[in-house]
Amino acid sequence: MRRSTPRLAGMAILVTAGLVLAGCSSKSAGGETTASGSATAAGALAITPLVQVDASGKEVKSSGSSAAATPAGKGGAKCSGVSIAMAGALTGANAALGINILNGLTLAVDEHNAANPDCKVEVKQFDTEGDPQKATQVAPQIVSDTSVIGLLGPAFSGETKATGPIFNQADLLSLTASATNPGLTKNGWSNFFRGLGNDNSQGGAIASYLKDTLGYKKVCVVADDSDYGIGLAEVVTQTLGSVADSACAAKVKTGDKDFSATVQIIKDAAPDAVYYGGYYAEAAPLLSQLRSGGVTAAFASGDGSNDPEFVKQAGDAAKDAYLTCPCGPAPDAFATAYKAKFNIAPGVYSVEAYDLGTIILAGIDSGITTRSDLVKFVAGYDGVGLAKSYKWDKTGELASASTWVYQVK
Amino acid sequence: MSVLAVAGGQLLADSVISFDLGALARNFWALTIDGLTYGAIYALVAVGYTLVYGVLRLINFAHSEIFMLGMFGQYATLMLLGFGPSGNAYSEGTMMTIVYLGIAMLGGMAVAGGAAVGLERVAYRPLRKRGAPSLVFLITAIGASFVIQEFVHFVLPKLTGGTLGGVNAQQPIRLVQASDVISFANTSISNIEIVIVVSALTLAFAADVFINRTKFGRGIRAVAQDPVTATLMGVSRERIIMLTFLIGGILAGAAALLYTLRVPSGILYSGGFILGIKAFCAAVLGGIGNLRGALLGGLLLGVMELYGQALFGTEWRDVVAFVLLILVLMFRPTGILGESLGRARA
Amino acid sequence: MSTETTSTVAHLGIGDRFRLWWDALARPTQWAVGVPFIVLIALLPIIKPPVLTTVGTDFAGVLAQFGMYALLAIGLNVVVGQAGLLDLGYVGFYAIGAYTVGLLTSPDSPWNQTDSWLSQKWAWLFALPIAIAITAISGLILGSPTLRLRGDYLAIVTLGFGEIVRLLADNLTTITGGGRGLSRIAYPIVGVSESRPTGYFSAGNNQAPITSGVAWFWLSIVLIIVVLLVVGNLQRSRVGRAWVAIREDEDAAEIMGVPTFKFKLWAFLIGASIGGLSGALYAGQVQFVIPTTFNIINSTLFLVAVVLGGQGNKLGVILGAFVIVYLPNFFLGRTELFGIPINGNEIANYKYLFFGLALIVLLIFRPQGLFPARQKLLAYGREVYVAARRAALALTRPTSDETTGGSR
Repeated sequence: MRRSTPRLAGMAILVTAGLVLAGCSSKSAGGETTASGSATAAGALAITPLVQVDASGKEVKSSGSSAAATPAGKGGAKCSGVSIAMAGALTGANAALGINILNGLTLAVDEHNAANPDCKVEVKQFDTEGDPQKATQVAPQIVSDTSVIGLLGPAFSGETKATGPIFNQADLLSLTASATNPGLTKNGWSNFFRGLGNDNSQGGAIASYLKDTLGYKKVCVVADDSDYGIGLAEVVTQTLGSVADSACAAKVKTGDKDFSATVQIIKDAAPDAVYYGGYYAEAAPLLSQLRSGGVTAAFASGDGSNDPEFVKQAGDAAKDAYLTCPCGPAPDAFATAYKAKFNIAPGVYSVEAYDLGTIILAGIDSGITTRSDLVKFVAGYDGVGLAKSYKWDKTGELASASTWVYQVK
Repeated sequence: MSVLAVAGGQLLADSVISFDLGALARNFWALTIDGLTYGAIYALVAVGYTLVYGVLRLINFAHSEIFMLGMFGQYATLMLLGFGPSGNAYSEGTMMTIVYLGIAMLGGMAVAGGAAVGLERVAYRPLRKRGAPSLVFLITAIGASFVIQEFVHFVLPKLTGGTLGGVNAQQPIRLVQASDVISFANTSISNIEIVIVVSALTLAFAADVFINRTKFGRGIRAVAQDPVTATLMGVSRERIIMLTFLIGGILAGAAALLYTLRVPSGILYSGGFILGIKAFCAAVLGGIGNLRGALLGGLLLGVMELYGQALFGTEWRDVVAFVLLILVLMFRPTGILGESLGRARA
Repeated sequence: MSTETTSTVAHLGIGDRFRLWWDALARPTQWAVGVPFIVLIALLPIIKPPVLTTVGTDFAGVLAQFGMYALLAIGLNVVVGQAGLLDLGYVGFYAIGAYTVGLLTSPDSPWNQTDSWLSQKWAWLFALPIAIAITAISGLILGSPTLRLRGDYLAIVTLGFGEIVRLLADNLTTITGGGRGLSRIAYPIVGVSESRPTGYFSAGNNQAPITSGVAWFWLSIVLIIVVLLVVGNLQRSRVGRAWVAIREDEDAAEIMGVPTFKFKLWAFLIGASIGGLSGALYAGQVQFVIPTTFNIINSTLFLVAVVLGGQGNKLGVILGAFVIVYLPNFFLGRTELFGIPINGNEIANYKYLFFGLALIVLLIFRPQGLFPARQKLLAYGREVYVAARRAALALTRPTSDETTGGSR
């Protein structure tokens, strides 16, 4: 006891000193503690749309959202006891994506219900947690709810694989706003439609863009261990061909935060660009570690990283990064309405969910009352939404899938 | 560069696992230094496992969450000091940076130490009073681990208006810009690596001195060796247990700051889990209950997993760590140095 | 010992009363009571009792998952509860079972057999014993070098094993598909008809009353009963006695001539094969496996089921599994409970928070779990219990030590 008393006292002095210093510094923090170098606050950076390209990287002109269908429709539609189901991860680690979709759909349905007092459509949300087994428990519940006429979802490719047969046998429309695995449309599910380009179109687009438009000669393709990341990286590698350097094709794990080994591999290869297939949670630290490790190569990633959080996490390192998305930028009016309703900015796939919701609502307004009629309606649909024009081929893929390239500026 | 394929069945021959000796040889020293950096952090966290195990024969499964709370503690301290998330590192000058880091470390230590003591009081003490079987402690620890994680995940953002906690990692606050201080061959040692290794070793040394030289330390060793006799000799078991948790928590808090220096974007509700498991591995590797074993185990694990990563590829890092653990325990069933917090010479 | 304790009025819990009553019944009576009870449970997903049924998820699907978790809990209970070996990586065996079926029958796998000589119809059934065998072998491979380790060392080694299995599934992308998983795994094709074009067990079968969930639940009930009979017989045999001896004091058991290593390995092997069986069920029901399903969190959940239910008590751990699977699903999508409005989704979101809190509180007040195991007489049990019951009834409240004593 005797021996430790002075130490405790010393500790106390240290703490006090610390608090005093804290008091001093917090005063001066505002003006003085600016970052070194080009001292720009990270908040000034934002993901801005650059160009819309097709699968071969050629620029396509935006179809414009002026003629876009609105969920309100003509007004005065009549229906009763109809609901649209939404299935996806609403809780757990992957909830952000599901909530973006749910919000987009809710916005569309609310606008519809306000304009059509005789046709109040309900949104029923089903939480799958993104877990395939959970999804198999949720799916029968959706199918057996007779008021559900169509489903927006499932959100992820894995759960779609697990539940596809259930919805197919029930002939329930399964319209996904986010599952981009190319294999999903090869199962012969007549009820499955994808409201955005799959990984092939997105990966092909960015790869061609990097190779042909930007003229990079050596690209390192890094992938995480998710279905999404692997699939995207595979397509990018294939399209890049000899430009993709297999010596620096690194793999990372979802949840990793330290990428020193990957940085070392990329540094040794000295590429012109790095492509990352995966989500922002890993993309942001990877990019900032690449930059602090002295790698100045251009950085590109897909829609999984296309999130405001990516810029927040990576800070200045995010500058000039290319991010693609089969999703279009949120038009201002949509963004304002969304922000007013949910008090957050629209995220990835919110616009798609809104558009797809609009399509289902248009079907309901046209007097469709059965599930199979709705499937037929969507199969024959051809119209323009906020993000793009929607028309599906026989397999359920969009007839013309375009990809937006964004850049952090 | 020699790529060898390890075949097991005709389909495995398609270089499913290949290893690259060249990469290991080329970056040997860089890997060693980086491995020591990680190892030092593992070691500090491992001390917490080992002390609690030595005294209570309990795997404190929630220790990884104590570490995670330490990360948030130091982050909050930095925010209170007026630092905000920024793209680049702040430049405060060497002296002031060290002072700020010191204060942040104290903040992390305070939060982690407090949380560890709180955990002991709320989750473990009532069980001890009721003489629960040891497996129940483990399950309670798992329960506590869930509670702490979910608290940071859901409740903390509500309490702090979204500044702390939540689904996403904290936006990094970088106080130190990594820069190479020493360079030799094709290897360089950065200022961050030096800070981490030196502070971790100093703290580990301090803990060793505390356990082996002070009255409290003697108390801890006495309880570890024979709780009944120690109690009869006038050692307050409850106080010793509290002290043990406190020391473990403090060291985890210090490790938390060092870890965020190395991995600034790791401050996340689930960010302590894997590191905690690795640290626990390190403790067992060295001989659980043995303080110096924790240090040795941590450093060894840190270095070996980076060698393994260079050899087999980045995705095999954790596999290497666990295989190493199994191999060592097969040949030395009580760890490299054996378990002996209590049996060490007083 | 017993005569002394009868003088103090021992308080009998519901579990003890039930146990005393049950143990005193004759075998045929036990069957006569047990079978209708099991049938009642099997009919639950068809009856869908008002409050009990789940709102946001399919009740039958939840019960099917419960069936798998119950098998896992029974298997883990052999290792942890009966032989006293702490296994934190039990999920590894679950994964091996599921991946064996997946690798043999998924078109995504390079080892897929269904397109050559193995017909789709029998593929799952064919893969099932192989899955069990492979898991048993993996238990042997893990067990033989590591079972020399004691207590917590074994715990961390098994935890490492569980992680290694998951990481192998994640990393060996050319075989397991890595994070892309294996899809379209075979399932038993039974009862193909007009309304059920792919049979009862297909995930697509949503024709009430016997939906896919119900079919899998029933299959798992049958398997649970079979496994319980096997494990119960083992428990009453020399093996079971050896396990108890090892659990209570390994050194003493060794000195008394119990080949501890051999019996520990047996426990491991049996536990592993039951885990593999459950994994095979999982693969068949979900028809899709990915590595993330088999993480450490799930491994700890299995252990929680065992300890919560009462380690060593076969029926207790089944109830533990029920709590683990059912409770989070119970709140999901629920907007009111007994007329009180609640936000079920919010509660379900916080499930791990409540779960952790409940676990801590519960174990502080009931450290032995909800339904603690009691030491039982392994031979001539029924005769003694009949006598004991008679004695207990005669004394109205007090009881004898054979039944309530020996709680560790």
